[in-house]
Amino acid sequence: MEILFDPMMLLLATAKDVLPVLGLLVLFQTLVLKKPIPRPGRIIFGFGLVLVGMACFLAGLDLAIFPVGRTMALQLVKGAQNGGKVTWAAYGWIYLFAFLVGFSTTIAEPSLIAVAHKAHEASRKAVSPWGLRIAVAIGVAIGITLGTFRIVTGTPLYLYIMVGYVVVIIQTVFAPRMIIPLAYDSGGVTTSTVTVPLVAALGLGLASHVPGRSPVIDGFGLIAFASLFPIISVLGYAQLTQWMVRRRNRNK
Amino acid sequence: MPLAILTKFSAALGRALLGASRDLAPIITVIALFQVLVLHQPFPELLSILAGLGLVIVGLALFVIGLDIGLFPLGETMAEEFARKGSLFWLLLFAFTLGAGTTVAEPALIAVTREGAKAVAEAGLIENISASIDRYALGVRLTVALSVGAAIVLGVLRILRGWSLPVLIVGGYVLVMIMTLFAPKEIVGLAYDSGGVTTSTVTVPLVTALGVGLARTIRGRDPLTDGFGLIALASLTPMIFVMFFGLIVH
Repeated sequence: MEILFDPMMLLLATAKDVLPVLGLLVLFQTLVLKKPIPRPGRIIFGFGLVLVGMACFLAGLDLAIFPVGRTMALQLVKGAQNGGKVTWAAYGWIYLFAFLVGFSTTIAEPSLIAVAHKAHEASRKAVSPWGLRIAVAIGVAIGITLGTFRIVTGTPLYLYIMVGYVVVIIQTVFAPRMIIPLAYDSGGVTTSTVTVPLVAALGLGLASHVPGRSPVIDGFGLIAFASLFPIISVLGYAQLTQWMVRRRNRNK
Repeated sequence: MPLAILTKFSAALGRALLGASRDLAPIITVIALFQVLVLHQPFPELLSILAGLGLVIVGLALFVIGLDIGLFPLGETMAEEFARKGSLFWLLLFAFTLGAGTTVAEPALIAVTREGAKAVAEAGLIENISASIDRYALGVRLTVALSVGAAIVLGVLRILRGWSLPVLIVGGYVLVMIMTLFAPKEIVGLAYDSGGVTTSTVTVPLVTALGVGLARTIRGRDPLTDGFGLIALASLTPMIFVMFFGLIVH
């Protein structure tokens, strides 16, 4: 763990992640497109900022958010077991915490913010960035809550995923066509740097402290849920907006 | 005019810092609320946690500015140039390398594959020594990178040919379900999770830029309906590929 607090090591590790991408872009630009890099100073400066930003961000995650998530999973499980009789309902505080964690981390997710702005531009301001972010966040929140419920009860993962797929397919038939690709993408966008460490800490912490669950088999799946449910919620958000617009038009 | 640039930059930084603080406020509130109202337990190492939160805010702000300055314009320019160039081969090669290259470098994927490999080793499916764990983790990571590269190629072809995204996605769902029937139980959880992990901090902005830029360049394509969808494919194929990897290895 000490390595993570070393800023030089962290900057180096981040550089190892980001520099191949920059190298790739430069290679294609100069060798294949045979064009000079447009405004190279600006791009290098931007990449430098991404690098330093990501390093600070990851260091902060390791210092603050990761240990806090782990500690809280442990404290919550202990709290649920203090009641003596342990049923799935005794884990109510965990479900509430999972819901709130899913919601708040997704709202703070930089990738989602970036994509929401892109969607706002690409749709000529028809898709509101805040509406999209809230819809995705509610989806992630429900997904993670259901995922913790699955860990506590130990029910098989594929059943939930299969039902989710069926719901997505049915919604795809009825949702406005314009929103469908965006909705599918929002599932993959959410689960990145802020969400994954917190959710992983939560899942593994729960699976190792709830009696009768093994972290090996039950610890995974939260991330899969967090990427499936935003699709459902964004499609639902689009259907709701469409329905409201139609009603308003009919009343006129 | 370095002074003008400096003023502009500090204004952007101020805005980004404010934005980052506002974005982080909800999660801080949730955790503080639980600590005070439900758990009644004092925080261990409160000082280092506060320092970490400060780092998260500064990091988030710099990251967003850096994306706007460096990553998005370059990615979009290149995607538009590749689309205009008209060479399908180079466009697809660019798409594949972009997808696979950014995925190998994803820190979240590195962490999750290592956890998965450890879990598989503990279950006794591979030797519980660090060499075989590392090899297994690398195998899963490269499988995921390949699958993301393939997904981006498929997605670019979709944008070019105007294939229906729902048909591709539903087809993928069916494949996932079929693979689940045959894949070893221990790999299923990891495979499902690797779908969500792949597309992270580096991949998402670049791949989105590629899709939106491509759709904007091609006549008769709408950036909203055609530009998105790459990430969806990139979070679906890893599930199929990783389960296939599990079938071969076990």
